Amino acid sequence: MSNEPRTLMYREALNEALMEEMRRDDTVFVMGEGIAERGGSYKVTAGLLAEFGEKRVIDTPLAEASFTGAGIGAALTGMRPVVELLFIDFALLTLDQVINQAAKLKFMTGGQGNVPFVMRTQGGTGNGVAAQHSQSLEAIFYHAPGLNVVMPSCPHDAKGLLKTAVRHNDPVIFIEHKLLYMNEGPVPTDDYLIPFGQGDIKRRGSDVTLIAWSNMIPRSLTAADKLAAEGINVEVVDPRTLVPLDKELILDSVRRTEHVVIVQEAVRRGGVASDIASIIQAEAFDYLDAPIEIVAGLNTQIPFNLTLEAACVPQEDDIIAAVKRAVYA
Amino acid sequence: MASPVTTQDKTLLASLYETIYTIRVFESEGIKLYRKGLIRGYFHPYTGEEAIAVGVCAALREQDYITSTHRGHGHCIARGADIRKMTAELLGRATGYCRGRGGSMHIADMSAGNLGANGVVGAGTPLGVGAALGTSIRGEDRVTACFTSDGAVMNGTFGEALNLAAAWSLPFVLVVENNQYAVSTPVEQTTRELDLYKRGQGMGVHSVGIDGNDVVTVYDTMQDAIGRCQAGEGPVMIECRTFRHGGHHVNDPGLYLPQDKLQHYLEHDPLTVARQYLMDAGATEAEVADIDARVEASNEDAIAFAIDSPEPDLAEFLEEVEANE
Repeated sequence: MSNEPRTLMYREALNEALMEEMRRDDTVFVMGEGIAERGGSYKVTAGLLAEFGEKRVIDTPLAEASFTGAGIGAALTGMRPVVELLFIDFALLTLDQVINQAAKLKFMTGGQGNVPFVMRTQGGTGNGVAAQHSQSLEAIFYHAPGLNVVMPSCPHDAKGLLKTAVRHNDPVIFIEHKLLYMNEGPVPTDDYLIPFGQGDIKRRGSDVTLIAWSNMIPRSLTAADKLAAEGINVEVVDPRTLVPLDKELILDSVRRTEHVVIVQEAVRRGGVASDIASIIQAEAFDYLDAPIEIVAGLNTQIPFNLTLEAACVPQEDDIIAAVKRAVYA
Repeated sequence: MASPVTTQDKTLLASLYETIYTIRVFESEGIKLYRKGLIRGYFHPYTGEEAIAVGVCAALREQDYITSTHRGHGHCIARGADIRKMTAELLGRATGYCRGRGGSMHIADMSAGNLGANGVVGAGTPLGVGAALGTSIRGEDRVTACFTSDGAVMNGTFGEALNLAAAWSLPFVLVVENNQYAVSTPVEQTTRELDLYKRGQGMGVHSVGIDGNDVVTVYDTMQDAIGRCQAGEGPVMIECRTFRHGGHHVNDPGLYLPQDKLQHYLEHDPLTVARQYLMDAGATEAEVADIDARVEASNEDAIAFAIDSPEPDLAEFLEEVEANE
């Protein structure tokens, strides 16, 4: 088979991952709200019903806690469910099942039961969907031991990571971004997997290490292009999975550049960026030439108005300013 | 409700009685271990409710699943667990079902289809529905029995999960142990409709309310439920009326339980009822005494095994934590 990459949209890459995994393994099934005939709000599950039928492509009632729990119970008994939560905001309805059940079952039972459960969901701001449909809540799942947290930033990573998620024997929270679904990128034709805990350098640079994930990657790459024109070479590091975290990739980059900027869309308080900063200062303190810059969302609920919304999450200019502070400190 | 086929099956009745007595002894001896400080944390005795677990599990087949609750020792024993490994787990030992990681509220025995106790009231119901969903997708003949309670019926997971099972016609039996108290709050204070099974009827689910202290009634009802599930008429909801013989857990004296009601249920004790069925089927006092002696010896052996078992290895645990970083 030729391995010439094609250009696919993020949502098409995700769709391909599900198609391939469902063909490969009969125990893989998907369920969620409006995912069967309708193909999901973002068309990620389009075409699955026609190929795999209603036993394996299931429209659920609007009962997030219980259809998530049902996915976990199915996972515990030999299935590989991929449960779609329309918005990560709605995943808050499932927290008992995800954190008290899925994340703990194998541990509490002394290793007796695997929970190969995937929750696919999407977060982030995008075009005025307001406070209950715009949150970046990865820190909640990052905080709970027992969950893998995956946040792909491009079609290539989305496909390879989703395939790995489906094959993983422990629960995976797979967080997409509503502004990424239409983004295009190269995706190989052959079957490939991306291991968890293996980050990727999205742009090589020598002056500063910029760590970001999900939709903050394309934004940071644009900022890095502009900074390059001003003579600042930014290395953009995408951990791709927050749990497990590729600490070595991050620390290696930091030791080379000696300057760090961390960009997250989520609110500043209690975020993953703060934790990554603490890891860097603990393990690479002697290499740092300047304080670590964190560019994050404001500590606020997301407003509806587009101007106000944009002010609440990191924009290109915020990233550029932070890089300059880090480099010129 | 009790069928003559069951009431004349002396072998079955002996087995039902023996399992009920096993649970009774396990709990009463466990409470003593707790008082001695050998068991820590929470311990929710199943005493007074044994006929439900025993009747349900006796009707289940090897391939079936159960989910259990925080008051789960009885379900675990009735599903055939090794009481040595259970006792060891209660003592937090390395030889326990969960290697000392779970304790009383998290014992599972996956090899026997026991998907585990649960420390969160109501949380096991969606998990059970998922197990039934998986079997339905795979086209297997398996039934999932999900033990839950009057307390859990007041939680949102009850309505959501039973409705999922109904919408998808799953082979799922919701066994509601209505012991009439949610910790210390009587069911009369938490709902207007005291016949909890009527909620299932409102969802189009075949639902019945039965005497949960009568093991034969429970067994027969569960057999019927399994048949319905096999015929694609699932799910089924069975409300089993019962009563705790004491407080919510060992450190709760249960002073709020009305004395007259408690007395009524102490006289209508599942152990006595099961013993009477056995005697009526022709068992002699000597035969019953043999069963009692065997159960007591087996429990003493389990306690000795647990006490002689090693504590979990701390270094090994920390290595596991590190590996999961």
